[in-house]
Amino acid sequence: MPKTVLLVGTRKGCFLLTSEADRRNWELQGPYCEGWPIYHAVYDRATGTIYAAGASEWHGTTIWRSPDLGRTWEQSSEGLAYDDGGRNMTKVSSLTVDDGRLLAGAEPAGIFSSVDGGRTWTLLSRLEGHPGRAAWDEPENQPPGHLGVPAIIPHPSEKGRYLAIIQGIGAFETTDDFATWTARNKGLRSDWPREFDDVGFCVHKLVRSPDPDRMYQQNHVGMHRTDDGGQSWTEITEGLPSEFGFAAAAHPHDRDTFYVVPLDPGHGRTMPDGKAAVWRTQDAGNTWQRLDRGLPQRDAYLGVLREGMTIDGEEEPGLYFGTSTGQVFASTDAGDTWIEAASYLPSISSVEVAVVD
Amino acid sequence: MAHLRLPPTLPPLFADLPRRLDVDAPTVVAAITKLDERWPGLLDRLCERGPTLRHHIHVYVDGRRADLDATLADGSRVDVIAAISGG
Repeated sequence: MPKTVLLVGTRKGCFLLTSEADRRNWELQGPYCEGWPIYHAVYDRATGTIYAAGASEWHGTTIWRSPDLGRTWEQSSEGLAYDDGGRNMTKVSSLTVDDGRLLAGAEPAGIFSSVDGGRTWTLLSRLEGHPGRAAWDEPENQPPGHLGVPAIIPHPSEKGRYLAIIQGIGAFETTDDFATWTARNKGLRSDWPREFDDVGFCVHKLVRSPDPDRMYQQNHVGMHRTDDGGQSWTEITEGLPSEFGFAAAAHPHDRDTFYVVPLDPGHGRTMPDGKAAVWRTQDAGNTWQRLDRGLPQRDAYLGVLREGMTIDGEEEPGLYFGTSTGQVFASTDAGDTWIEAASYLPSISSVEVAVVD
Repeated sequence: MAHLRLPPTLPPLFADLPRRLDVDAPTVVAAITKLDERWPGLLDRLCERGPTLRHHIHVYVDGRRADLDATLADGSRVDVIAAISGG
């Protein structure tokens, strides 16, 4: 019988949470990857391999891989570097399993590909030629969070078409397999001066609904929706307690249903008022519902990072998120009620879900 | 032959890599390169492109802080240290 596995990237290694069919009882395995900070871990169902992006203060950036659900691990960073001087890679922010290859979004901003299961890597793009790119790419202009690529999102049916985010710069689309890019930031808000019309937007998270043209975006300033594949964006923040947050998830079968975790927009960046909640819209952002049954409602200053929430593809989808304080929460009723699947993990960077045969 | 001592964080990353081993090499970088031939990818774990030592990796030759170009004599002791950082 297939199992549901949560892949949890933390400040101190990768963990797996496994459940049989009910998705209510979870068994913890780990830590893996020798306690390295893991920023994103994904599962390739075609090969049964787990990949985990690690970045160590001492030993740099590498991609871990396990072909046997965590029993054995190897790592490699061959080719995962910039050849020009002064641009040392600080980490890989995101991994994407993509039809026979693995994509890595790195910081400083670059997209790498591996076609041999993570053993060697080739640089695909640094988004050369975009207005302002020279300025955002200068090492001395890098802010503390750097300007990485925290998302590479394949189009579900069009080969060679992807959306990518560059932190603090915006969303970009390629339709020719990473050769050229078009900014997709029209209609977004920015509360700061920008040198160029189409870049300088702080896109935190993009998720695609089952309708490829319908996507949602958690931005530094507001929630947004597109109905035309990213050609234009409409703000849908009204009704949420905060315009700020990182994590988001789209319902796998309903284009109008979408989940976010609003956070205090100050530097604390935790759930407002110490009360944990996920917020849901079922009408494409016209109205929002607070979902907090089973989540702590007192003294709970939880943060959730951009890869910290995910949703599975079951008929009644399971929704999962991990916190900066090491809890993993799970819901199997569309977010109406929650259980705590893990309580005392290290600070969580990412949660992804896989169905494993 | 120089006597190398590696940080404890390194052997778990490479099959059969010991913490202490002897290497016949004229410089620190040559010694690390020689290890990389036997354990591919080891150079990347200690050095940035260049190569230059990673920020928190320190090397001492016979008790003195050294860089990658430092020369090794027969019997030199080379300590590769993962400096205290993080938490």
